[in-house]
Amino acid sequence: MRKGAAPQTATRWGLRVLVVGYLFLLVIWPVLLVARATFAHGLAPVINALRQPEVIFAFQLTLSAAFWAVVINTIFGVGISLLLVRYTFPGRRALNALVDLPLAVSPIVVGLSLVLVYSGRTGWLGGSLEQAGLQVIYAPPGIILATAFVSLPLVIREVIPVLQEIGTEQEQAARSLGASALQTFARITLPAIRWGLLYGVVLSLARSLGEFGAVKIVSGGVAMRTQTATLLVEERYQQFGIENSIIAYAAAFILALIAVIALVIVTAFRPDKGTPR
Amino acid sequence: MTQRAAIVEPPPLDSATAGAATNAGGRRLSRGRSATSLTAASGLGLGVALLWFSLLVLIPLTAVLVQASEGGWSAYWDSLRSPQTFAALRLTVGQAILVTVVNIFMGTTIAWVLVRDHFPGKRVLEVIIDIPLALPTIVGGLVLLSLYGPSSPLGVNWANTPIAVFLAFLFVTLPFIVRTVQPVLLELEPEVEEAAASLGATQFTIFRRVILPSLAPAIASGAALSFCRAISEYGSLVLLSGNLPYSTEVASVRILSYIEGDKLTEAAAVASILLIVALIVIVILDVISRRVARYA
Repeated sequence: MRKGAAPQTATRWGLRVLVVGYLFLLVIWPVLLVARATFAHGLAPVINALRQPEVIFAFQLTLSAAFWAVVINTIFGVGISLLLVRYTFPGRRALNALVDLPLAVSPIVVGLSLVLVYSGRTGWLGGSLEQAGLQVIYAPPGIILATAFVSLPLVIREVIPVLQEIGTEQEQAARSLGASALQTFARITLPAIRWGLLYGVVLSLARSLGEFGAVKIVSGGVAMRTQTATLLVEERYQQFGIENSIIAYAAAFILALIAVIALVIVTAFRPDKGTPR
Repeated sequence: MTQRAAIVEPPPLDSATAGAATNAGGRRLSRGRSATSLTAASGLGLGVALLWFSLLVLIPLTAVLVQASEGGWSAYWDSLRSPQTFAALRLTVGQAILVTVVNIFMGTTIAWVLVRDHFPGKRVLEVIIDIPLALPTIVGGLVLLSLYGPSSPLGVNWANTPIAVFLAFLFVTLPFIVRTVQPVLLELEPEVEEAAASLGATQFTIFRRVILPSLAPAIASGAALSFCRAISEYGSLVLLSGNLPYSTEVASVRILSYIEGDKLTEAAAVASILLIVALIVIVILDVISRRVARYA
């Protein structure tokens, strides 16, 4: 409970009803309707749908692509955050602004840009990579690249403020007492940024599991080969038949559930955001 | 922040913690730079990071601009001016502006209610604000379809109409202005408002003359993010809008159909517009955050 120039009751109630009504119509009611549609025929068809080989494959592919994208983004994100906060170098400000670019660019543009560079047929680098035996586009490496691209800034945006806040005194002390750079990082810096890093990882994971547009372009979406969970939802929803529709809703429900769990984790544990307490 | 810390810390990057890290000493003494310039190891790290960032982001995005210029200026303009593409761009930009205006009003109101009002269930609303951004976009489309599609309990069917585009944009951009305005509103001193009230200012005057000016930079940042997100939206529209040319087809869908037709130069031309808008938004945000940091 903090500050609050209490406004008149009528205004307050008016705004409260407006906000709750708006959120109810835009988010709450539609989300509840999807949950209801998923279980319209009971639990058994949903479980059955989730055990189809195509569905299992799609979720496995999504999970493994998301895993690698998050690993890459975590290592890259912590490294670039340390460089941006602790060092000065020419172009630092430009780099700081540019790392946000993946969040601002359309997923479709992301997919197109990767195809232009990594496509085996016409890409700048794709031809040579394919000769070296690495197919990127229409294959899992392309899915990982697209996923890593769209979730790239999330770890960085969580870690940078923490690094700025903790300062360098402890790191300096450790170094002056003879700790190596690696020891200092493992014993001092990493424990200090662990919560920020965890939020970044959770956000990246949620974003990676749900990526659709960029993955659609680079993967081709072939069932049992390059079809991720979100692509499966699209394909099955557009096909006729109650079975396909149940599969689409069941997969969408699982994706939504993961997203909401990630959101609750981040909201519940993040200390500096949300309501004052 | 002690003087010693100020010596070794490079100037802050943005507004987030600028207050904590910046003092006169920090600005002046960082000229020396001995402790913040790159060492051999960190230089190598920077090299590796830049190489990865270039391979993943910078080179591919450059490739879009290069591909767009493949046919020269006249081909570039022709592909943007083809009636179907022009209609898609007009719809996208028009709806994005409309949605941003609604968000400026509703986002500020929601942030105000979340900060200044207290009622049971407010914590739940906090989570609900972020749901549109957390949900996979394809699921977002499915969600909107359930209330505004053919089997709507409201009796409306806005699927495959321009209203669907508006709704999808409104859904995915919901959190932006709320989340940029909320922290600023939390920091505002209520004493100033109380002083204004005690001097006889009405509630509306207080809002317009006292609160709104402090919120303006945050609203501007949120509006820029919201506009940028709306024009680049794709996933939530796939199931909802039907992608009908001249009616509900947005820029992203136009790019995709060019890619599927193997017309990469035309695809890159439309993509370059979205990319340039994204770059402009990034620059605007950078400028706003610097200006706020300076006056903080």
